Amino acid sequence: MTVSELVKKAELTVFAGSNGLNNEIVGGYTSDLLSDVMGNADAGCVWITLQSHKNVMAIASLKELAAVIIVNSGSPEADMSEQAEKEGIPVLGTTLGAFEISGILYNSLNA
Amino acid sequence: MDLSQCFNNYFAMHFKYEIQGGDFTNAGQASSQVKQVLKQLNVDPKLIKRVVVCLYEAEVNVVAHAWSGVIDVEVNTERIQIVLADKGPGIPDISLAMQKGFSTASPQVREMGFGAGMGLPNIESNADEFRINSKVNEGTTVEIMVYLSQA
Ligand SMILES: Nc1ncnc2c1ncn2[C@@H]1O[C@H](COP(=O)(O)OP(=O)(O)O)[C@@H](O)[C@H]1O
Ligand SMILES: [Mg+2]
Repeated sequence: MTVSELVKKAELTVFAGSNGLNNEIVGGYTSDLLSDVMGNADAGCVWITLQSHKNVMAIASLKELAAVIIVNSGSPEADMSEQAEKEGIPVLGTTLGAFEISGILYNSLNA
Repeated sequence: MDLSQCFNNYFAMHFKYEIQGGDFTNAGQASSQVKQVLKQLNVDPKLIKRVVVCLYEAEVNVVAHAWSGVIDVEVNTERIQIVLADKGPGIPDISLAMQKGFSTASPQVREMGFGAGMGLPNIESNADEFRINSKVNEGTTVEIMVYLSQA
């Protein structure tokens, strides 16, 4: 599944990094702790979090993640969006909480 | 950077980065640059991933806990050696600091998702060798080694 397919399916907002919408999704990781993601997420994962600052993109880029979803109607800080554009890693948004959007992603990947 | 050295049988490369304590906006830049170089050198992606985890965590520790620091990276045909030397408060009890979940990070830093007390444990599980030396009120030196030629 590509990021743009997930955007359609889960009705996500695309905040930034639309140049990466063709990234292929291989999994997901849900966490608000940066070291947890650093240590445990795999390349090609979608990172589901309420964090919305620039350091999220540093990690997303170092780990080669497919996209970031900000939960609970959050939105990225300006320098996070800027970094997302540079890295080609989409920053997406949802009104849902982490549990619900994780479930949708999980089911989509295992359908 | 002069990549021509790489065409010799044995080569060594050396780079240095400076880090400012508290500078969260630039945290991860040294890690990102080292990652690019290792990719250009065709280092095994699995090893690059391990180096990136180690270096990022160590870099963020200088930003979050120290005043300033220097990162020294040396790559040769056998290994990647990273030394981070900082000026800072030091670590009074290193074995306590190594425990998963132990953190002295400020509430603001924790709110950003740092300060989970998983940084040093992440380094330990990704490095082939890992040493910390620290003097209270002077600073901390972290040495990380990842071998290229391990089967
Ligand atoms: N470079 C450093 N200078 C001073 N203290 C440090 C340094 N690196 C780590 N520490 C101490 O070790 C603790 C644990 O580090 P770590 O496992 O990376 O967790 P965290 O950074 O999330 O607190 C820190 O909270 C801090 O007290
Ligand atoms: Mg840390």
